[in-house]
Amino acid sequence: MRLTRLPTSLRFRQCWTNEPLSLPVSNLCAEALASGRSPGYYMDLISLSLTELRQALRQGQTTSVAATQAILDRIVAVDNQVQSYLTIADELALEQAAAADARRQQGEDTPLLGIPVAVKDVICTEGVETTAGSQILSGYIPPYDAFVVQQLKQAGAVIMGKTNTDEFAMGSSTENSAYFTTHNPWDLTRVPGGSSGGSAAAVAARMAFAALGTDTGGSVRQPAALCNLVGLRPTYGRVSRWGVIAYASSLDQVSMFGRTVADCAAIFQVTAGYDRRDSTSIDTPVPDYEAALTGDIRGLRVGVPEEYFGAGLQPAVAAAVLAAIEQLAALGAEVMPVSLPHTKYALPAYYLIAPAEASANLARYDGVRFGPRLLGADVIGTLKQTRSLFGAEAKRRIMLGTYALSAGYYDAYYGRALKVRSLIKQDFQTAFQQVDIIAAPTSPTTAFKIGEKVDDPLSMYLADILTLPLNLSASCGLSVPCGFDEQKLPIGLQLMGDTLQEMTILNAAYAYEQTTPWHQMTAPL
Amino acid sequence: MTLTLDDVEKIAHLARLQLTAAEKKQYQGQLSDVLDYVAQISELDLADIAPTTHAVVQHNVMRDDVAEPSMTLSDVLFNAPDQAANQFKIQAVLDE
Repeated sequence: MRLTRLPTSLRFRQCWTNEPLSLPVSNLCAEALASGRSPGYYMDLISLSLTELRQALRQGQTTSVAATQAILDRIVAVDNQVQSYLTIADELALEQAAAADARRQQGEDTPLLGIPVAVKDVICTEGVETTAGSQILSGYIPPYDAFVVQQLKQAGAVIMGKTNTDEFAMGSSTENSAYFTTHNPWDLTRVPGGSSGGSAAAVAARMAFAALGTDTGGSVRQPAALCNLVGLRPTYGRVSRWGVIAYASSLDQVSMFGRTVADCAAIFQVTAGYDRRDSTSIDTPVPDYEAALTGDIRGLRVGVPEEYFGAGLQPAVAAAVLAAIEQLAALGAEVMPVSLPHTKYALPAYYLIAPAEASANLARYDGVRFGPRLLGADVIGTLKQTRSLFGAEAKRRIMLGTYALSAGYYDAYYGRALKVRSLIKQDFQTAFQQVDIIAAPTSPTTAFKIGEKVDDPLSMYLADILTLPLNLSASCGLSVPCGFDEQKLPIGLQLMGDTLQEMTILNAAYAYEQTTPWHQMTAPL
Repeated sequence: MTLTLDDVEKIAHLARLQLTAAEKKQYQGQLSDVLDYVAQISELDLADIAPTTHAVVQHNVMRDDVAEPSMTLSDVLFNAPDQAANQFKIQAVLDE
């Protein structure tokens, strides 16, 4: 028997069932689809950046309902190919849009009033199914919104739905999702990156104006690079993790995607801040990030770490990133070499620390309080049956972590990894005494083929080799579009900053973006 | 091969995971590969290094001891696979 305070009829649609998705499409869209045409009427509207849409809404040139319906039509037209959304909350979104338009009519204005955004499915949304991409949470309806979702709603944003992710945010391609693999809008045979690949693909294919993800080892910066977006991973503690399904608690951080630096800053602005329900939340005032985007980086000291340009770096990526660093110099930055000597030990340390924390966090999935329960002969049998709903990568990391924490191995594995973490953190602190930001590639390669790395976990782990050192430190980082390879696949420039220096890296990215064309290129879809 | 099949079985039991024979074999290889890779950290001299558990160190975050409303019982129990008498219901843990 189930008790009901939560919606008696659930108001969302699961995209992973076999039934065709029946969203409320506009007449224009329905006519186009019926006659086999692409419903392109909405392109002008959905191609606006978040900040441009905000301007258009403020000037009364369009409405939130129109923008939200355009996004729904776009989802109907292209998400069967991209598969970015796991769940669509169309009815709630249209209600939120109508409410936003009514508030604006009353003269109200809030930072994201009426702007459609998407949320990664590891972030809890009240009344809307949240699965973390796992079977073990199928049917889970959170009774509350995560802090960041409360903040988005308070800022007036319209929440379109929940985006695909590698199970429990463990992966670099979305191929570890229990439901389906998301396709890269730039080349549908390739991965969008991960684990926040659903959010990245949704923004890149213009099915949302911005989106939230999480970045534990690169899960926002890497897909941002692979999908030609700006992806910001704030300092650990700058954005509350309350209501975010835990993977590796000392590394997890809510992070965000935008099509431009200003868009990313706008969504970061409303989600940053102190939350007493997250005991690792940082209690310092939130600066005005959007106002900090001056584009003036004269005298900014930019460090280039040779450790990030080693073997395995695709030549086109190296060339584009070096050209981007030259552009920073041309804008008045002072470029100098810097060393992060323990970089090669970051991946080994990460793959002990993160699985150790994951094995503890995922112990809570026991089929008692939420999720399905598969009955066994006794309590232990039920526990084991129920936990067979975890996918292959989750099981791998649970076992790896269990081993690293087990008696006799703790000191050699987990204990040593924590000490290596000190060395990595120290590397960054030393570097930031010499320079203001560090510039490097985000991903060693452009988007790889779906299926290419799926049978070789270690090669998949290496996809994050340039992003995860930062997660072990107290730094912040972002990825900004910086070019394309021979196959027209996007490349990302990673800019890293010291603790709480998001303003500095955002402004450097903005200066670069304003003088280069890359962010204006859109996926051919 | 760092891990034996017995090791894999033991770890799986500790983690309360039930694996098929094929899974055991696959994880034996894959986990051994990863453990061989992470063993690189044994090259480092870490004798004088203190461990880091969190990025930004904060100690003893306290709040005032004031009672506040919590979630309603129906919300708490809403997702339970089985419940009775306003409680989560599970199988018997001890023999009757």
